[in-house]
Amino acid sequence: MKSRVAYFGVFTALALIFSYVETLIPISFGIPGVKLGLANLIIVIALYKMRLSEAYLLSVVRVVLSGFIFGNYFSIIYSLAGGLLSLTAMACLKKNDGFSVMGVSVAGGVCHNIGQLIVAMLVVETFSVAYYVPVLLVAGVATGLVIGLVANGMIRRLKDIQL
Amino acid sequence: MGENHTKKFRFKKKDWLLIGIIVVVAGAAFLFHELIGGEGAGVISVKVDGVLEGTYTLSKDQEISINGGTNILIIKDGKADMEEADCPDQLCVHQKAISKNHESIICLPHKVVVEVESAESGKLDGISN
Repeated sequence: MKSRVAYFGVFTALALIFSYVETLIPISFGIPGVKLGLANLIIVIALYKMRLSEAYLLSVVRVVLSGFIFGNYFSIIYSLAGGLLSLTAMACLKKNDGFSVMGVSVAGGVCHNIGQLIVAMLVVETFSVAYYVPVLLVAGVATGLVIGLVANGMIRRLKDIQL
Repeated sequence: MGENHTKKFRFKKKDWLLIGIIVVVAGAAFLFHELIGGEGAGVISVKVDGVLEGTYTLSKDQEISINGGTNILIIKDGKADMEEADCPDQLCVHQKAISKNHESIICLPHKVVVEVESAESGKLDGISN
């Protein structure tokens, strides 16, 4: 398709807008660090609509740009670790025919949290955050499921777009 | 497209299997922490950038200024809670109060780690209080 670059731009813009919308939602679930991960919705869709290399590029561009705009040096490192681990896990599950978009997204949500937790352990040089794992696992399943269901609907309706 | 296309959009057996395994692992980790962590907790250690700044007993109500005042920790009713921090995200302030073994409050911008330790190890290398 000729307009790959244009589509990539649209996906990047969408991911950024969702990052922004996320900062507007005051839901904190009472647990620090747990977010809905709206921008991941775009990454999941990109995974199904673009080449894998482009999905990775989108993920990195999204994290760096939204980090500069809404976050800081720390948030970029965290999001990058979470985003890349998450995308890698999702790409692996997607290759396996036994998983639907929901399953792929759940794996992505969980791995996103695990990636961030690993960086947190490295930064503060302690493993004591490990007690936080159950919370992050369950939160990852819940947010991944929501994102997966929405992504599922969108991918189905965007069936004419395939980059 | 056709049937093949619609199939991709339904939940599959492996989806539920994946979700089930993750939830079971989370439950097991939670139980492990609840069973192992409850006993023997007595002191908290405060580390800044990996260096021990002090250990404090949970049995005495007190206010601790960490890292030259960037963070204020309150110990009350056997629980330690981050009361104030001058970082923008305030994540450590929002974390719940800690009292069980190996629970921690972490302030990433200042690299402050507050962790509950068992009273025994606290006596061995206690610095203050």
